[in-house]
Amino acid sequence: MSQFVKKDDDRDEEAEYSPFLGIEKGAVLQEARVFNDPQLDSRKCSQVITKLLYLLNQGETFTKVEATEVFFSVTKLFQSKDIGLRRMVYLIIKELSPSSDEVIIVTSSLMKDMNSKTDVYRANAIRVLCRITDGTLLTQIERYLKQAIVDKNPVVASAALVSGIHLLQTNPEIVKRWSNEVQEAVQSRAALVQFHALALLHQIRQNDRLAVSKLVTSLTRGTVRSPLAQCLLIRYTSQVIRESSMNNQSGDRPFYDYLEGCLRHKAEMVIFEAARAITELNGVTSRELTPAITVLQLFLSSSKPVLRFAAVRTLNKVAMTHPMAVTNCNIDMESLISDQNRSIATLAITTLLKTGNESGVDRLMKQITNFMSDIADEFKIVVVDAIRSLCLKFPLKYRSLMNFLSNILREEGGFEYKKSIVDSIVILIRDIPDAKESGLLHLCEFIEDCEFTYLSTQILHFLGVEGPKTSDPSKYIRYIYNRVILENATVRASAVSTLAKFGAVVDSLKPRVFVLLRRCLYDNDDEVRDRATLYLNTLGGDGSVVETDKDVKNFLFGSLETPLVNLETSLKNYEPTEEPFDISSVPKEVKSQPLTEKKSAGKKPTALGAPPAAPTSTVDAYEKLLSSIPEFSTFGQLFKSSPPVELTEAETEYAVNVVKHIFDKHVVFQYNCTNTIPEQLLEN
Amino acid sequence: MESCPSVKNILLLDSEGNRVAVKYYSDDWPTNSSKEAFEKSVFTKTQKTNARTEAEITMFENNIVIYKFAQDLHFFVTGGDEENELIISTVLQGFFDAVGLLLRGNVDKKEALENLDLILLCLDEIVDGGIILETDANVIAGKVASHSVDSGAPLSEQTISQALATAREHLTRSLLK
Repeated sequence: MSQFVKKDDDRDEEAEYSPFLGIEKGAVLQEARVFNDPQLDSRKCSQVITKLLYLLNQGETFTKVEATEVFFSVTKLFQSKDIGLRRMVYLIIKELSPSSDEVIIVTSSLMKDMNSKTDVYRANAIRVLCRITDGTLLTQIERYLKQAIVDKNPVVASAALVSGIHLLQTNPEIVKRWSNEVQEAVQSRAALVQFHALALLHQIRQNDRLAVSKLVTSLTRGTVRSPLAQCLLIRYTSQVIRESSMNNQSGDRPFYDYLEGCLRHKAEMVIFEAARAITELNGVTSRELTPAITVLQLFLSSSKPVLRFAAVRTLNKVAMTHPMAVTNCNIDMESLISDQNRSIATLAITTLLKTGNESGVDRLMKQITNFMSDIADEFKIVVVDAIRSLCLKFPLKYRSLMNFLSNILREEGGFEYKKSIVDSIVILIRDIPDAKESGLLHLCEFIEDCEFTYLSTQILHFLGVEGPKTSDPSKYIRYIYNRVILENATVRASAVSTLAKFGAVVDSLKPRVFVLLRRCLYDNDDEVRDRATLYLNTLGGDGSVVETDKDVKNFLFGSLETPLVNLETSLKNYEPTEEPFDISSVPKEVKSQPLTEKKSAGKKPTALGAPPAAPTSTVDAYEKLLSSIPEFSTFGQLFKSSPPVELTEAETEYAVNVVKHIFDKHVVFQYNCTNTIPEQLLEN
Repeated sequence: MESCPSVKNILLLDSEGNRVAVKYYSDDWPTNSSKEAFEKSVFTKTQKTNARTEAEITMFENNIVIYKFAQDLHFFVTGGDEENELIISTVLQGFFDAVGLLLRGNVDKKEALENLDLILLCLDEIVDGGIILETDANVIAGKVASHSVDSGAPLSEQTISQALATAREHLTRSLLK
């Protein structure tokens, strides 16, 4: 074909050409009528079957009726003697998965084929039959299958054995009866027959430890004829080693010599299987590991990516438990950092991060810096996690590792990636005391230019917790205040809270914080203004350097015990009555069903039992109450009253909650003391 | 339990990620849409790599995928992530080389579609329900070719009459368009 020069427009047309262009299920099903012709055109029939298979392969579905019709027509094709056609018939029967009552139609034809003189029929008929059979049919053909297992023709034997492996899942008792034949097949001279027989025999015997052990013993001394069978044997040997008495401490492990010998096999898959098996031995010693690691090290410099990948992945696992054993491979690993295959490169880096020693850390970081820009976010996250573990392992190296993290934080990257870096820095700050100051500064620098609101708020919150505890908290104030000026509302609100925390905890900073908070009162956003107001009024109004009341601190910055969802629902359900809203009545368990309203209503006898009243009655009540007290009369109009906040635990003898009344220039705290025990009387 | 090496799927896609021939042997992708989603992801992930001289490998959704490209065809074989990568690689190589033999060296999409029956038979001879049947490309191709529709000429011969016949077919087709 290549000796004919094609014209340009021919080539264009051929780019779109496909023998199945415009194919349509209905049309093909029509074509399938040709199966019913008394004079079969085998070539045409094969083509139609190919089209049907193409449709099925592309995801087209046949209705039950269509499938049955096709199946019945296909069965007529057994009349033809054409080998090619018969083969296609086998294929399509397997694809159509006929039901048990339909299967009966073809059973006799297939059984005839199973005993035919044509070998190609026998093997494939066996496979088809076993695919569509059920228990009763199986007992009928069992005899033939047993014969097939020990057939001279290896293709037939393999077909029967592989079918046996599948049938073991559904009809184990039947297949187990074939043990003798399978055992004989294990001795077969044909390479793959032994492989299939070994797989089947092991599955039959797998619950019998002694039997498996005997099997392994005899084969490790015998002849194994294919790399695949050898791999199986290695796996079974590992199983035997694992299950053999663990208290065999004296001398070498049983069968270790066999595994070690496999490291010199000529097939790479065997070498690798053996090396991997050795690395996965229970309680493996460095002495046992050495030959395996040597072999894996050679694979690291192979020209085949698959080999390099397999080796580096295994070494990566070993490095988790035996880092010292892998250090010999460090040089080869370092050259893999620039591997074209990014999975290999990432595995190499993370292995080096596990095996690296303290002196090599700086050099390693230099190499990784260039590497990071080349790889995708998912790989980067893996590397970040490894760097964090390395830093925790060598805390003295925190400076260069934190610098590295801080640098990559400033580069391009997606949310998950940056979040993982921030999380890592936070963990390092928490676990390495010396790293706190520089870590917090790195985070401050990051939020100056952070595109993710979520991360900014998280960092600000964290700053609020850790910053006040440092030796010189004032240096963070500038960063935080800049956020109030420059960022979006959510971040601004968060920054206000953080500033307040600094003011609350570090008394010397209170004046400065107050000045800044006052400026926030003029912000555009409600939440920002509200928060600023709240903090200004609760922290001590005159901005002097006084210690903040502990209760206030808890109120402002302690965590809310009540789950937010329940609080919201209860508030929605709250019918304003004479009694103030009681926060302790809100259920503390979070319910996952959406019908929380109905449920929490049942738990709150206080609010719902009372007759519904006007919504503003609480406010009025408060107003009346307050204006009746002379000291408060000069305060002016009541701006807002907050819901009561519980100040004591639910079970105490008296319950105290506070209601904040906010006036223009004053905040009045109304402490409601409720006696929960009838016998006692509260005195002033 | 030590398990027999198993294959989860074999995929033959074109240079845009569309199916030419695929076979799944695992329940990991129960619906056709989940299969198509997998094919799309694996295709996109490997698109930019160069897997023409040597087979390449990648990890994907707890599976290892070994793949190779030829002309406008992308060959993939998937195994579980605990599987021996070299075994899966051998399966890929067997499939790749067998297809090469069956398509007489013209490994491209058009040729594959025109001989789809051979490709499907080939897949059938390599893996049965996830268990590896055969990995030697010559043996695989031999089993397929002996059943093929045109079982006249042996695989290794390219007779002039055959070439002429095919050329005539092409010419006729293009004239009729």
